[in-house]
Amino acid sequence: MTIEINVDRTVEHLGRGPLSRDEMAATVARDIPDGSFVNLGIGQPTQVSNHLSPSSGVVLHTENGMLGMGPVAEGDQIDPDLTNAGKIPVTELVGACYFHHADSFAMMRGGHLDVCVLGAFQVSEHGDLANWHTGAPDAIPAVGGAMDLAIGAKDVFVMMSLFAKDGSAKLVPTCTYPLTGLACVSRVYTEHATFLVGPDGVTVVETFGLTYDELATRLDVPLRRLEP
Amino acid sequence: MTTIADTAAEAVAGIADGATVLIGGFGMAGMPVALIDALIDQGATDLTVVSNNAGNGDTGLAALLAAGRVRKVICSFPRQSDSYVFDDLYRSGRIDLEVVPQGNLAERMRAAGAGIGAFFCPTGVGTPLADGKETRTIDGRDYVLELPIRGDVALIGAHAGDRMGNLVYRKTARNFGPVMATAAATTIAQVTHVVEAGDLDPEAVVTPGIYVDRIVQVGQERA
Repeated sequence: MTIEINVDRTVEHLGRGPLSRDEMAATVARDIPDGSFVNLGIGQPTQVSNHLSPSSGVVLHTENGMLGMGPVAEGDQIDPDLTNAGKIPVTELVGACYFHHADSFAMMRGGHLDVCVLGAFQVSEHGDLANWHTGAPDAIPAVGGAMDLAIGAKDVFVMMSLFAKDGSAKLVPTCTYPLTGLACVSRVYTEHATFLVGPDGVTVVETFGLTYDELATRLDVPLRRLEP
Repeated sequence: MTTIADTAAEAVAGIADGATVLIGGFGMAGMPVALIDALIDQGATDLTVVSNNAGNGDTGLAALLAAGRVRKVICSFPRQSDSYVFDDLYRSGRIDLEVVPQGNLAERMRAAGAGIGAFFCPTGVGTPLADGKETRTIDGRDYVLELPIRGDVALIGAHAGDRMGNLVYRKTARNFGPVMATAAATTIAQVTHVVEAGDLDPEAVVTPGIYVDRIVQVGQERA
């Protein structure tokens, strides 16, 4: 982890929560420092861009070869030669630049990106990430740029629901799904809480709509409070 | 020496059965659809295709797969909302798949084009995609040995090409084109505009003509 957190003790937001997806995206955006180079993964993480103000100076990277990506294209703006990593037509901002795929992943792998935000099936207490394959026998494996992003960005933030549809926690002692990367995630943003993960295990930064103690009873991983 | 072909059929002439074909594009952006259509007509089969995806909808790479010409796909992301042609072939056991992390796909082709025998890469360490590969710890960090991916042929799309074979691209349609151009024995580019030598700013050329064997203009009158 390279980005500092902005509180010195665990905060319980009992009056709000669980967060909506849009509120989760706003929480992630709040924690991205001004001027960062950021990659937002396909799907839910793209919503983070709705909460980044132009004055923040944050520059969005898309792995298909662009820095300075703008919002989704509408109407006459749509250009089949200009898409994001999800193949959705996007726009370019003033000062944008293009580069080929090997350069795009070199800047990622080389540690030049400050933050990437990814979705996940599971995150382990030490920051292992599983987000590319369920391992189901009939599933067609598809990894895209997930493994490169996971080990490349200086900070990897995961944005996910804390519990799967079957009620099982997605923040786990050890991932049971096939791994995307080892010890690569630094933070996990969920509707119920924001966590730091890493070599020291799981630290709760803030909770939404429940107490730290209530949260602890719903998870199988040991939790720590953030203390000054 | 770059030749300017009059038709896409002339551009893809000679591609052999069993060839490894690098096909540019990220989704449909940068995909050389005219060259792929010409390859379908040309008839080469038992191909190994290297591309980021495994076809979208019914056109381009998906049409080549549907025609039954592809034995194996090496790609990063086959499964998409509109990859039904590939999905059916894969589920019925009629096509082989090697999934490669997207950056490794690009870098393995870059290595092939740059004369690198192999490289140690941190991507995929500890994951199923590194199974069976040599690993090494360098300065405390773990890496996986990755081998080059070489093509017999590269089919790429570009915006403009001059008579020297120099290419420029447009926006994110650049994607894999410049790397694939370096990694194949024969590189064939479809371009929107063929221009005279001198018409491209030498400072702005993205793919130097040394990598490009054949160019064909599609979709527009030749300049």
